[in-house]
Amino acid sequence: MTRPAAGPSRDYHFPKFEIRSLSNGLRLIVAPVHKLPVVTVLAVVDATAVSEPAGKEGVAELTAKALREGTTEIDGAHLTLEFEKLGTSLEAGADWDSTVASMTVIRDKIEPAFALFATVLTSPAFRDDDIERLRAERLAERLQVIDEPRGLADEAFSRFVYSDSSRFAEPMSGSTRSVGGITRDDVAAFYDNHYSPAGTTLIMVGDLTADDAEQIVRDALASWSGNGSMAVVAADAAARSSRAVQIVSKPEAAQSELRLGHVGVPRTHPDYFAIVVMNAVLGGLFSSRINLNLREAHGYTYGASSYYDWRRQAGPFVVSTAVQSEVTAEAIAEVLKEIDRMRSEEIGEDELTLATNYLEGVFPIRYETTAAIASALANMVIFELPETYYDTYRSNIGAVTTSDVLTAAKSHVQPESLQIVVVGNPSVLEGPITALDAGPLTLRDPADA
Amino acid sequence: MLSEDKTTPIVAVNLWYHVGSANERPGRTGFAHLFEHMLFQGSEHVEANEHFELVQRAGGTLNGSTWLERTNYFETVPSNQLALALWLEADRMGALLPAMTQKKLDTQRDVVKNERRWSVDNQPYGTCWEKLQELAYPESHPFHHSLIGSMEDLSEASLDDIAQFFRTYYTPDNAVLSIAGDFDRDEARMLVEKYFGPIPAGTGIPPLVNIDLPAKFGSPRRNVVEDDVSLPRVYMAFRSPVFGSDEYYAASVTAAIMGMRRGSRLYRSLVRERQTAADATAFTFDLAKGADIFVIDVTARPEISAERLEEEVTREVELLRAEGASQSEVERAVVLIQTDIITAMQTASERADRLSMFATLLGDPELINEQASRYAAVTTKRVNRFIHDRLGPDNRATLVYVPRSQGAA
Repeated sequence: MTRPAAGPSRDYHFPKFEIRSLSNGLRLIVAPVHKLPVVTVLAVVDATAVSEPAGKEGVAELTAKALREGTTEIDGAHLTLEFEKLGTSLEAGADWDSTVASMTVIRDKIEPAFALFATVLTSPAFRDDDIERLRAERLAERLQVIDEPRGLADEAFSRFVYSDSSRFAEPMSGSTRSVGGITRDDVAAFYDNHYSPAGTTLIMVGDLTADDAEQIVRDALASWSGNGSMAVVAADAAARSSRAVQIVSKPEAAQSELRLGHVGVPRTHPDYFAIVVMNAVLGGLFSSRINLNLREAHGYTYGASSYYDWRRQAGPFVVSTAVQSEVTAEAIAEVLKEIDRMRSEEIGEDELTLATNYLEGVFPIRYETTAAIASALANMVIFELPETYYDTYRSNIGAVTTSDVLTAAKSHVQPESLQIVVVGNPSVLEGPITALDAGPLTLRDPADA
Repeated sequence: MLSEDKTTPIVAVNLWYHVGSANERPGRTGFAHLFEHMLFQGSEHVEANEHFELVQRAGGTLNGSTWLERTNYFETVPSNQLALALWLEADRMGALLPAMTQKKLDTQRDVVKNERRWSVDNQPYGTCWEKLQELAYPESHPFHHSLIGSMEDLSEASLDDIAQFFRTYYTPDNAVLSIAGDFDRDEARMLVEKYFGPIPAGTGIPPLVNIDLPAKFGSPRRNVVEDDVSLPRVYMAFRSPVFGSDEYYAASVTAAIMGMRRGSRLYRSLVRERQTAADATAFTFDLAKGADIFVIDVTARPEISAERLEEEVTREVELLRAEGASQSEVERAVVLIQTDIITAMQTASERADRLSMFATLLGDPELINEQASRYAAVTTKRVNRFIHDRLGPDNRATLVYVPRSQGAA
């Protein structure tokens, strides 16, 4: 039986958007999408984890969460209920390169919802009690990290890859030590220094016109004033340039959580598209080399993948998987083999087209919702991508050749710099991993991570 | 079911088989889920691992999932690839067995065992789903045993089991196909007839036994589990009306009142005011047969013991029963749920899945259009009747997780 061929393809375009600005520097990006009566509002603020004062790591995230705890007019409990009566909730969180506050609301509620949203941005109260509670919640989360092997592996890996003085070595939301020392004044100061109209882009996607959106925004935010600071700390220095291995000891672990990788490249690197395609073949797709090897050929794992964590400064390149404890050393060896293979010869044309066809074809599927479109526009802002980025994405992917992929693998995957971290049972792991001779081995306690 | 929307040139194909862990025979827990894995290993005209590759190469996303009452398979592809998606589903529905080998079974068995380790054994509170089911359903009940299965039972699964399960449950008369997105109705009907038409109907599904249950547990039940966790957690479960019934909507609204988002009762009281909980939610399993369960899920703040946490949760439940829910609480819950329903309809795969769900579980796909109004029709009186009838001490099953070496709370 022959399998059916594709029919004639239909064009797809990323939604058209308009960019406007207010005189106070606030930028507005509007993408009208009239499929359903839904609007997503998303504010990107230049209040980032890499612009925190030293010793106050986690204040960006705490400030973002504190936005939801009430304004000078209304306390947190009432504010929450006001949003929810409109059928929506305010989400807010910090990241390495931005703070994002967002909500998705039914069209007929946009005006009152936006009025609330605006006061959250301009007039947060930061009451002592609320800051105290948020800090305690954050510390409770920190306590739970050592119990949760996946998160523990991610954190231990970052700590191992980046030098102690690099911001990326610490969790984005701060460590127990740094969060324990954050005061209400720190939050207020961070807000004063980083939240301003000039440092904010408002994105609105959904069932409204650009004029409607501008009117709504002007009514609520034209009088917002102030300037933010742009100070950013060095975040991405590597801990070492040579291979090293660490076992984080969890004797009760039912499985090993394994991370291999090193410092990657900044988002705006010119090789971005070649790296994306290379990574898809190496470990990004289900049919990638690493996944087919570890999962389908060997049955070592439920899933194995690789990715570049894209940030303005160089986030990590990571191969990530959870494997049966007894085969951890074998799994490491297989990953190293796949990395070597990727770097030693061009991938096949079939492998290339699997990756490029997938990335091009899946493009419209990524942007079905107003929230997804808003998020894409946020990325455009955060990484200062060209306005045509989403219009040219697919052709940029399609232009990557097998030779580009080989160059990207050779330039951006460095076997001799690989850092290997395993969270698991040391009595099962130590012998086989030592025998691998993959690099100098250290053991550490999860509580130190 | 066909649901057209030509806005974006993509189409979602969704297949529900009316079989899940509830249909497993004793000694074969986890089999329905293992079987789901096998569906991706090829079929008569599809090589090993080719299924995933074909869909991804076509520019599509895909997956499957297993639940107590159903197994679903879904893909979203560029609209000009509808024929491929349908052909693939038909090939594995009609002719899976020629591609089934011992080696594939052994590999997927290892994969599933690793999945169990990853999502259950190596996760704090990871056993909660199977422990909740164990506590809330009698041993003879189809919903009692673990969905992902035990390592021992997984080891026993054989190729004969695969063949038998396939012939019994993977037949066109036990399946519902939904297509949503950019397609032409006539073309879709033609393709479905072409690819699925030749597949013979099955010989009937063995009925689920011991499925019916009394409306309440009758007396309180408890289980305390030691785990590798730093903070105690309490799950309090109540037997509740089955998904789709009139009373279900009152239960669903009650879950939103109790534990949906930060304006909910549990959050306001335990997380914000009393600060005894680090987080608190409430939800229903949404089972359509026998009995559903309504679950409250609360994690302690560091200084709070399991005992104290349980007292806090009980206190909130009794308070709700004593005060009753207010009209504004009901309105809040309804508007939150309705907004979620509308925003979910943005994705073709969600529309397709819900069509399949309403057709399979409630026999009527048109119900997808009625959900917002069914929620709007929930009155404060009905909510309070549910609360009064079902949240009492004669209908509570409590599962408590405590840090190891603390002993029973």
